[in-house]
Amino acid sequence: MSGQKRQKQFGKFLVNLTLLILVLLWTVPTVGIFVSSFRNRDKIDTSGWWMIFPHREWQPVRELDPKALGLDPNSVMTIEGVSGTFEEFRAGIETPDGKRLTWIGNKRIGKLEVQAQVWAVDWDFSLDNYRQVLGGQDFEFKRPDGSVEVVPGDNMVNAFLNSLAVAIPSTVIPILIAAFGAYAFAWMKFPGRRAMFILVVALLVVPLQIALVPILRDYKALNLNGTYLAIWLAHTGFGLALATYLLYNYISGLPRDILESAFIDGASHFTVFTTLVLPLSVPALASFAIFQFLWVWNDYLVALIFLGGNPEFELVTQRMAAIVGSRGQDWHLLTAGAFVSMLLPLIVFFSLQRFFVRGLLAGSVKG
Amino acid sequence: MKKVLWQVLALMLVASILLAACGTPATEEVATSTPAAFPYPAGGALEEALKGAYNGKTVTVDGAFEGNDPDGVKFAESVKAFEEATGITVNYIGNKEFEATISVRVDAGDAPDIVDFPQPGKAAQFVASGNIVPVSEYLSDEWLTQQYNQSWRDMVTFDGAEMGIFHRFNGKSLVWYPKKAWDEAGYPIPETWEELIALNDQIVADGDTPWCIGIESGAATGWAATDWTEEMMLRTTSLENYDAWVAGDLAFDSPEVKKAVESWSAMWFNDAYVFGGRSSIVTTFFGDSPTPMFDADGPKCWMHKQGNFITGFFPEGTVAGEDYGFFYFPPVDPAFGKPFLVAGDSMYMFNDRPEVRALMEYFTVPESASGWLQGGGALAAHQTVTPDMYGVELEKGIAELVAQATSFRFDGSDLMPGEVGAGSFWEHISSYVAGSEDLDTAMQAIDATWPK
Amino acid sequence: MLEAFRNNVMWIIFGSTFSVLFGLLIAVLADRSSFEKLAKSLIFLPMAISFVGASIIWNFIYEYRPEGQTQIGLLNSIVASFGGVPQAWPQWVAVAPWNNLFLIVIVVWLQAGFAMVLFSAALKGIPEELMEAGRMDGANEFQVFFGIMLPYIRGTVISVWTTIVIFTLKIFDVVWVMTGGQFGTHVIATQFYRQSFTNRNSGFGSAIAIVLLVAVIPVMIYNLKQFREQEAFS
Repeated sequence: MSGQKRQKQFGKFLVNLTLLILVLLWTVPTVGIFVSSFRNRDKIDTSGWWMIFPHREWQPVRELDPKALGLDPNSVMTIEGVSGTFEEFRAGIETPDGKRLTWIGNKRIGKLEVQAQVWAVDWDFSLDNYRQVLGGQDFEFKRPDGSVEVVPGDNMVNAFLNSLAVAIPSTVIPILIAAFGAYAFAWMKFPGRRAMFILVVALLVVPLQIALVPILRDYKALNLNGTYLAIWLAHTGFGLALATYLLYNYISGLPRDILESAFIDGASHFTVFTTLVLPLSVPALASFAIFQFLWVWNDYLVALIFLGGNPEFELVTQRMAAIVGSRGQDWHLLTAGAFVSMLLPLIVFFSLQRFFVRGLLAGSVKG
Repeated sequence: MKKVLWQVLALMLVASILLAACGTPATEEVATSTPAAFPYPAGGALEEALKGAYNGKTVTVDGAFEGNDPDGVKFAESVKAFEEATGITVNYIGNKEFEATISVRVDAGDAPDIVDFPQPGKAAQFVASGNIVPVSEYLSDEWLTQQYNQSWRDMVTFDGAEMGIFHRFNGKSLVWYPKKAWDEAGYPIPETWEELIALNDQIVADGDTPWCIGIESGAATGWAATDWTEEMMLRTTSLENYDAWVAGDLAFDSPEVKKAVESWSAMWFNDAYVFGGRSSIVTTFFGDSPTPMFDADGPKCWMHKQGNFITGFFPEGTVAGEDYGFFYFPPVDPAFGKPFLVAGDSMYMFNDRPEVRALMEYFTVPESASGWLQGGGALAAHQTVTPDMYGVELEKGIAELVAQATSFRFDGSDLMPGEVGAGSFWEHISSYVAGSEDLDTAMQAIDATWPK
Repeated sequence: MLEAFRNNVMWIIFGSTFSVLFGLLIAVLADRSSFEKLAKSLIFLPMAISFVGASIIWNFIYEYRPEGQTQIGLLNSIVASFGGVPQAWPQWVAVAPWNNLFLIVIVVWLQAGFAMVLFSAALKGIPEELMEAGRMDGANEFQVFFGIMLPYIRGTVISVWTTIVIFTLKIFDVVWVMTGGQFGTHVIATQFYRQSFTNRNSGFGSAIAIVLLVAVIPVMIYNLKQFREQEAFS
């Protein structure tokens, strides 16, 4: 009996360990940029973010001038008891007393550094990167009369509000429609049911880029272009096929007997849908809501096309594109910017997360 | 009913925006300057506009930069004088996926009024499909002759018809170097190819690599190598051959083009000459490649050839004239003079309305590029530009170099059809540098994609 | 174009398989672990990251500096500390087409959380009695998993798999942002984007749509079989 118990404990330990390794693997990339977003530009550029952990590091103690010492870098040099070529000194030569001699610079304008190994942690954090991303960049213009005018960058508040105004309706509308559709496909008999389902699956695969030109043409005719309605409808259309498909798979998997008993009691489809199916489908609805919200929040191209022409509707992704594009691999801005744009999706995720916990589905089915 | 809903929603948004704006103290500049005067052609739409005839109208401009990135801010600054003087609003809608969104917009019949094309080759597609209004319909030949050197007009002429107007440009034949360390080491500025090679070897003998080269640029990886090809074409063969090559009459697989490619690759593929060696060229981001010049432990490499926009990628706090300087990329063969390679943006009119014409007319004067002249990053393409319009010494110095050049040519890959100049040329030259294709294979592969 | 098809096949096979396998593994493990909520949150976290964000994160992992320089990219730092040669992994043409795997990893990293959440919800729908009965009959955990749990959540596995296959079939953003299709990493959608927008070759777009529809026929047939089994109320 105790053997079995120990085996069970060992099993549990193995499960936890494996999961821990997987979780670490999944988290380290994000941790890397998270830490980096608080380091300053030079630090990011010259050392890995893991330098925040204690490590041994060579630090200069004093400098030597090779010219004063009369050293010829083109031959083997002997300094402080060690000798080597220029290349070897450049890579660093350790002396018997645990110091290191390193040649800094080239043969012409170089110097020698005596370095000692010390324990170090790199804990120099600041919020400057975030300030720069959120506050926008200032620009200087030098007028012909010699005066300098500074045009301050605009902050990100507008972009945040605009992105919300786009993302929330674009998430709610397709879910409402898709839930009805999915129920109908799963539990209602109507002509053309199979043909329409084939259509939904087929539409899943069409890349949305194909639809951009025709939809824009229609919007132009309806004078919808550049309005919020235009982009809500576009996102609804692009998300509906996947929403219907995912919700269908979930709703069709609900236990037949509880629905059956409701129908025997004389309930209509609408009653069954609102009182039984909808509450039971909350986990699926929530997971799709996250999916759609993230997709809309992170979309760049669709917004460009259907909100374009209206610079006041600038979105967070457009701000990000400006950061990414203007200064290339500027890691200090990129890392901070990535986190700013992730902030809201993370909030949405954590607030919907409780719908996935154990018991919600199982309990109601059993009850 | 619905409209009311939208209005309520919009109002709520506006309210919250206002609230947000109130939170921070207003930093509005005090309007002290009177509307800047700028010249304009007589009898045109701009003259009418200055009388206020189109007050309250809006013109949309599309382009390849974001409205809030440095170029976007400089554009807004440039058109401010126009907006103040005419009451016309200029609405800039450009973005990073410009190449795709402009095609979608035009195909859907929702073309912007004016498009700022960074590559005339891309504009050619829309000229072919008849979307662009020819310049002759709204600007006189005399005015254009007065504002532009003929070469600039030639570069926006497609099949004999002038379709756009040049706005601003970047000098490409420039080599950047870390001035402080350079002066300390006592290196000379090379003026001939022989001097450049001697300097290369000197730097190698001193224990460093002379060149910082990187051509990685995401989907556009390889464009920096096309620049080098164009530079060497100008330096190793005649201008006629260069023009024929750009027009598609001289094949990539010809001895002339191959010789040009080989003249730079001889330098690139020598691991002693390039920081990180050949293998790192394709994988180093072009904007990061000059960074080792400013290493705290002394430059790791000493020279970087690139257009003047590259200063925007130099480490923060580096100062022109102190931390870095530039010199003219030396000619190879004196027979071909001192050629200068440039690239730049030109404007095209898609919708013909008087207020749009007025803005197009404004773009023909150097004041319309004032944002760049005063903020740095580009030069005005107009011959009427005067040195005092430049607020930045660096750009002034480049403008002088351009003036000394014996000939200048536009970036060839930007003039070629998009399939080649913004496609196969980048792709196969990268493969050649990476070593996955040999020169013949790469050149033949590019030739094969030239549209018939 | 052939290259794009080959790469897309790689994407579908490796991308969907690894996403589903990892998602399932994590869902099952999390269900029995002592830190389920935390583990699931952390694994799902990448889903909250945009493609641009993900490409920043992974570019930072793959960040390349020439040999001998301080590596600030995690992967190259590890490689260099073991004496290996640093590489710009997704651009490493010498191992083509396997450099595509460095891009596929990103999507697996993003999608495994999605798969996990749906699997986890499905697993929780399995009546406890069913598994207890299996265990009573002497089945070990593996037998319970393959004999009871897997068949029970088959529908979810299929729908998740289908979703990810379709997603990888259309894969665009990751490739576009990371390599732009250079270095032998073009996929169907990036070719389509380039041909129809950059080159304004619109016939190409329609052709691609047809190809994608044909490619998805097997998936459709499989889904329809599922669909037929489902009996509706009148």
